[in-house]
Amino acid sequence: MHIPDGFLSVLVSIVLWLFSIIVVAYALKRVGKDLGERQVPMMGVLAAAIFAGQMLNFTVAGGTSGHLMGSAIAAILLGPWAAILVLTSVVSIQALIFQDGGLLALGANIFNMGVVGVAVAYMVYRTFQKLAGDRPWSVLVGGFLAAWLSIEIAALGVALQLALSGTSPANIAIPAMGGIHAIIGIGEGLITVGALAFLYAARRDLVQTGSTQAVGGGLVWVFGLGIALALAVLSPLASAHPDGLEWVAEQKGFLDTAQGPLYNIIPDYVLPGVSNAALATILAGILGALLVFGVALGMAYLRRHRQTGS
Amino acid sequence: MHIHFLDPYLERQSPLHRLDPRVKLVLTLAFILTTTLVPAGVWPAYILLLALVLSVEILSELGVGYVLKRSLLALPFVLAAFPLVFTMEGAPLLKVAIFSWRLTASIEGLERFASIAVKSWISVQAAILLASSTPFPELLVAMRLVRIPRLLVAIFGLMWRYLFVLADEALRLMRARLARSSASGLPGAKTGRSVLFRARVTGGMAGNLFLRAFERSDRIYMAMLSRGYDGEVRSLPLANIRPVHGWVLAIGLGTLAAILGLSYLFSL
Repeated sequence: MHIPDGFLSVLVSIVLWLFSIIVVAYALKRVGKDLGERQVPMMGVLAAAIFAGQMLNFTVAGGTSGHLMGSAIAAILLGPWAAILVLTSVVSIQALIFQDGGLLALGANIFNMGVVGVAVAYMVYRTFQKLAGDRPWSVLVGGFLAAWLSIEIAALGVALQLALSGTSPANIAIPAMGGIHAIIGIGEGLITVGALAFLYAARRDLVQTGSTQAVGGGLVWVFGLGIALALAVLSPLASAHPDGLEWVAEQKGFLDTAQGPLYNIIPDYVLPGVSNAALATILAGILGALLVFGVALGMAYLRRHRQTGS
Repeated sequence: MHIHFLDPYLERQSPLHRLDPRVKLVLTLAFILTTTLVPAGVWPAYILLLALVLSVEILSELGVGYVLKRSLLALPFVLAAFPLVFTMEGAPLLKVAIFSWRLTASIEGLERFASIAVKSWISVQAAILLASSTPFPELLVAMRLVRIPRLLVAIFGLMWRYLFVLADEALRLMRARLARSSASGLPGAKTGRSVLFRARVTGGMAGNLFLRAFERSDRIYMAMLSRGYDGEVRSLPLANIRPVHGWVLAIGLGTLAAILGLSYLFSL
């Protein structure tokens, strides 16, 4: 689910970056108010726990295994704002250090896993708690549904972003991502239920409704419901009529190359002496090879110099 | 066993390792942005970008092989773009018939797909170079330059500090599970009971890990308090960027801008 660099158009990346920055900045303020000076150690250690928790896996069948993403369990245990911070930290470190997801695409990944995943999980869990009350079965069933839906909606979001960027056709990406994650989501749901069952027995206070009643939770609830509905409705539409999305992608593809006209000021301008693409490719190849060769030679020279010098 | 092998940083005495982390971070981001902005199918620009990243790999003394091997790990995602080969309209290249499915691969689609794959591959190499040549504390310093809120940087720092502790904890949990379940050495043989049972056990482990993390964060908070923590994250003022590194930054950005400019000329 981590989108690498090169798959999203610059426009999609930047819009999602801006959105994520606003949400994370607000979450920082919010959590700072709730937790005070406890914020830094608690968020840091729990982010490390989610990261480590993703290492826990169980074999499903035929060499495949299920493991945790953690949006749902974080949203249930910590409340929406703290969960957004924790997931943001996890996704950022994964991108920066382990190249799990790109750097330019990081805004989108924070949006999908941090914001959408958390908001949808929170919305489902809260709704279930309100309807069914605080009983063991409602905690477990609510937890399962929250985990499953958060994965599914986040995956649909990824597919839609890929389609909007023109990197994956909507009528294939959406059913494929949605289908695979409907199954992966079951694994996420089962682990979440297991964790909640354990915590319900060991530390009931953590799982109880009170702990997820954060200020501003209503906002997250509404956003969670909105994005879940929007994606659930939009995706089948988009995959049935990929033309619409393609049209948008083309408009944006146009935007991406809209810088072209800048150079149109000099009509028919080509590099002096470089008149066709094949020649340009060959020239670039030679230039590149020279650069690499030069650096390698320089390094070898420096190293020998250092060895004889010391 | 401790999982310090998680840390991708490799100690070397290269110019890249000595470069100011702020310059490295900005150049990496600029490189990836440039790579993304280059239009599809402009192969000369890709060759130049690849040559650039390969040169830095040689300069870093990390070993080109090491970086290339790591970069392959990120590639499976390319599958997401593969259908483009068949769905984009253009000059037909190849017709495939699988039962009643008729697929036509187009040259435009293939070019688009190859562009995405190459862009993603080049970008990931730049990210690997950054992570392998910069110790994490220095990256945290660099993050302050790009205006990431101080609190968030502090959370990242603390997360990194306890990542290895909690990963060890997770490993211990897995070892405990292994010690208590009978597993046959045969590949593909079933271990434990049903999938449901296995998922529940794993869930219990995750819950356990959370509980331990909660309690640990309390203890850490107490320890911080007793050392004078008052909720304010203080850090040393950043040193000025040395002029040489400033030049590297300027030349690097200039080169990237030139490649980007050229790529638009070629794509016209």
